[in-house]
Amino acid sequence: MNAEIVIALAGNPNAGKTTLFNAITGARQHVGNYPGVTVEKKEGLYELEGQRLKIVDLPGTYSLTAYSVEEVVARDFLVKDRPQVVVNIVDAANLERNLYLTCQFCEMNLPLVVALNMVDVAKDRGIAIDAQRLSALLGVPVVPIVARTGTGVEALMREALAVARRGQGPEHPAISYGEDLDSALLSMEAEIAKAPALARLYPSRWLGVKVLEGDQRIIDQAKAAAPDPASRLLELAETVSRHLDTTMSTTPEAMIADHRYGYIKSILRQGVISREFDLDRLYTSDKLDKVLTNRFLGPLIMMGVLLGLYYFTFTYSKAPIAWVGACFDFLAGQVDRLLADGPLKSLLVSGVIHGVGGVLGFVPLIMLMFFGLAFLEDSGYLARVAFMLDRVFRTFGLHGNSVLAYVLSGGIAGGCAVPGVMATRTLRSHRERMATLLTAPFMNCGAKLPVLAMLIGAFFSEYQAQFMLFSNLLAWAVALLVAKLLRLTILKGDSTPFVMELPPYRFPTFKGLLIHTWEKTWSYIQKAGTVILGVSILLWVMMTYPGLPAGAKAQFAAERQAAVAGVPAPVVKAATAPEEEDQAQVEGSEDPEEHPGLNGAEDQAAADLRAKLDDIDQRQSQAALEHSLAGRTGRALESVSWLSGFDWRVNIALLGGLAAKEVIVSTLGTAYSLGAVNSASSQSLSQTLAEDPHWTPRLALALVVFIMFYAPCVVTVACIVREAGSWRWGLFSVLFNTGFAFALATLVYRLGGMF
Amino acid sequence: MRKMKKDQAGTIAAVKVGGELGRRIREMGLVPGTRIVIQGRAPLYDPVAIRVMGGTLTLRNNEADLIEIEVEEGGDAPSRERTS
Repeated sequence: MNAEIVIALAGNPNAGKTTLFNAITGARQHVGNYPGVTVEKKEGLYELEGQRLKIVDLPGTYSLTAYSVEEVVARDFLVKDRPQVVVNIVDAANLERNLYLTCQFCEMNLPLVVALNMVDVAKDRGIAIDAQRLSALLGVPVVPIVARTGTGVEALMREALAVARRGQGPEHPAISYGEDLDSALLSMEAEIAKAPALARLYPSRWLGVKVLEGDQRIIDQAKAAAPDPASRLLELAETVSRHLDTTMSTTPEAMIADHRYGYIKSILRQGVISREFDLDRLYTSDKLDKVLTNRFLGPLIMMGVLLGLYYFTFTYSKAPIAWVGACFDFLAGQVDRLLADGPLKSLLVSGVIHGVGGVLGFVPLIMLMFFGLAFLEDSGYLARVAFMLDRVFRTFGLHGNSVLAYVLSGGIAGGCAVPGVMATRTLRSHRERMATLLTAPFMNCGAKLPVLAMLIGAFFSEYQAQFMLFSNLLAWAVALLVAKLLRLTILKGDSTPFVMELPPYRFPTFKGLLIHTWEKTWSYIQKAGTVILGVSILLWVMMTYPGLPAGAKAQFAAERQAAVAGVPAPVVKAATAPEEEDQAQVEGSEDPEEHPGLNGAEDQAAADLRAKLDDIDQRQSQAALEHSLAGRTGRALESVSWLSGFDWRVNIALLGGLAAKEVIVSTLGTAYSLGAVNSASSQSLSQTLAEDPHWTPRLALALVVFIMFYAPCVVTVACIVREAGSWRWGLFSVLFNTGFAFALATLVYRLGGMF
Repeated sequence: MRKMKKDQAGTIAAVKVGGELGRRIREMGLVPGTRIVIQGRAPLYDPVAIRVMGGTLTLRNNEADLIEIEVEEGGDAPSRERTS
């Protein structure tokens, strides 16, 4: 077998790149990151004629300028990693604009295969494209495909393999940029030919074009490689630029774009494309838009869609959540029965099974959320949401695209602030971007959901959906207001462009949705399996050690002795039989069982004794927890947290939540199953809290508010630091958010106390 | 372009902006000589959605201001009156 052939998959956003990637590689995908940046890098394998092909999915771009990180990543990969073939996917129904990128690939002299996608859609629209003619004019192979159905995908891969085996493709015809620029480019190419350091860097004509376009990144690279020739190139660019300005009052950059489109138009006019209908004809998608982005109906439908997503996820996730919970309860029961009492059992049951079970229990919920979100995104509706909301967002100093960051972070509950913070890359302006990424973590991410769902389930179970919706609206309101506050204070400045494509509505492919959902869910599970398991164990250690000093232990033992003393032996035996007691609780029976051989009075005595012993046990474990590292920290924080009604257990859980929000549930779970000896694992935390006298609805509400807005989890903070380029922003988000959340929680708790 | 009404068509005469915004506008196909049709506006009248080359793009009004259009008058020859 020959060495692996690397094929890069490139194209405009919305050209069907992901669909094609899925069609080629199926489930054999690997998702990683490009080195140094957080742009997702997907790789997959395909086998043809015994040859392994590695497909690398480049980020979708319209151009290869240094306009965004995605463009730079795509460009660097093409230049530095030199894939043997570039498969450029273009949307047949939108050919003119898509070929703009193709032109740039040609200019880079890349071995190219054009995948003419969605020929079926084009056909429905009365657009016929002569692929052979297009291929002849462009000088590259063109393969018509339908990525959704997989039609033509094999032919495409065959063509790509043929190009790879042929090696460097023929020189593409150079695009003319008009007399002035062409002669400047010729002089530049001559300069570059004289400087090997520059010639090695990039194809010479492309380098010239980039210098003319004023691409700062490329110019800097050229300067670093060969300072003198580079400055001569800049001089040439400067001269022609001045000339263009005086004679035609235009810039080289504008000229280049105009001529590229001119070139594309001339190709298409040579019998490549024929239309049955007028270009302005409205298609189904446009007709849909008339309703869905209608001034009055649009916003209403949008609200309806978001609400629908809630009901969909909450209703259908109920049963699977119960199943997963039952599985972990069963597991905990088995471990409980098989192992002797001691640190190992405590670690397994309280640390591992409860910790991980609490997180995995919400996998069904998160899966459904991601499924719904993927549907909205793939169908093209999310872009309409950005379109409709841009005016609103601009009022708060943000951008229509901030919607995406917010939604991914949990604006439609169930996202994650990590991809949300990363999605702010689509924002150009530093200030809008900062404002978005600092406020995006206020959204109800998938990790906060289980915590909120648990608290709301415990105290407001009848109104769960309404409360969740309300908390989501609250998150939006707070995020927007804080964003405005930031934009008025530390992030003052103008807003940035909103030039965006509204892709035609498409019915997402089921396969695409499943892959999308699975990727997101899997990354959540991985997080649960690693970070959260580690944190659960760490917290268990913190809650268990240091143990009670011997003196205190002895005192509890003495109390127990004193209680038992003077009570007849059969009564003691009945009172301390653990098995039956467990069963009694499972059956929900509060009454002591009848014990053979005991009369009424003795039964009563046994019950009294049991209560007494339970009380001692509870006080002992409570004392142990308080004595532990976590308990001491939590207690210390009580001196402040009493303002919002949080006790030391809540404080421990909130501290754990800094690692990952899901941990709040598992920590509270651990704290309560450790603290209350007799709480059988089958009793859910919701129930435990609902029955605890300390827990009132107003405390639950204050806690909900605090959890929604306090410091982001460590992973998010790490992302903020990386995206913002300074640890100060990370620190800022931790301190500012916590202070803000605490103020809000205190307000809720104190106001709640007045009624 | 801001003054154009829904369903009004025209041809781009000039794009009066450079730098990143200009580059972005051009790479999306908004170059002189391209025909556009106003498709609609967002619920708050801004941004505007336009049809270009068989696709739909969105622009904010203040960005649309930078694009000069020769408006077509209901099927007649393009009027020379310029509007932005």
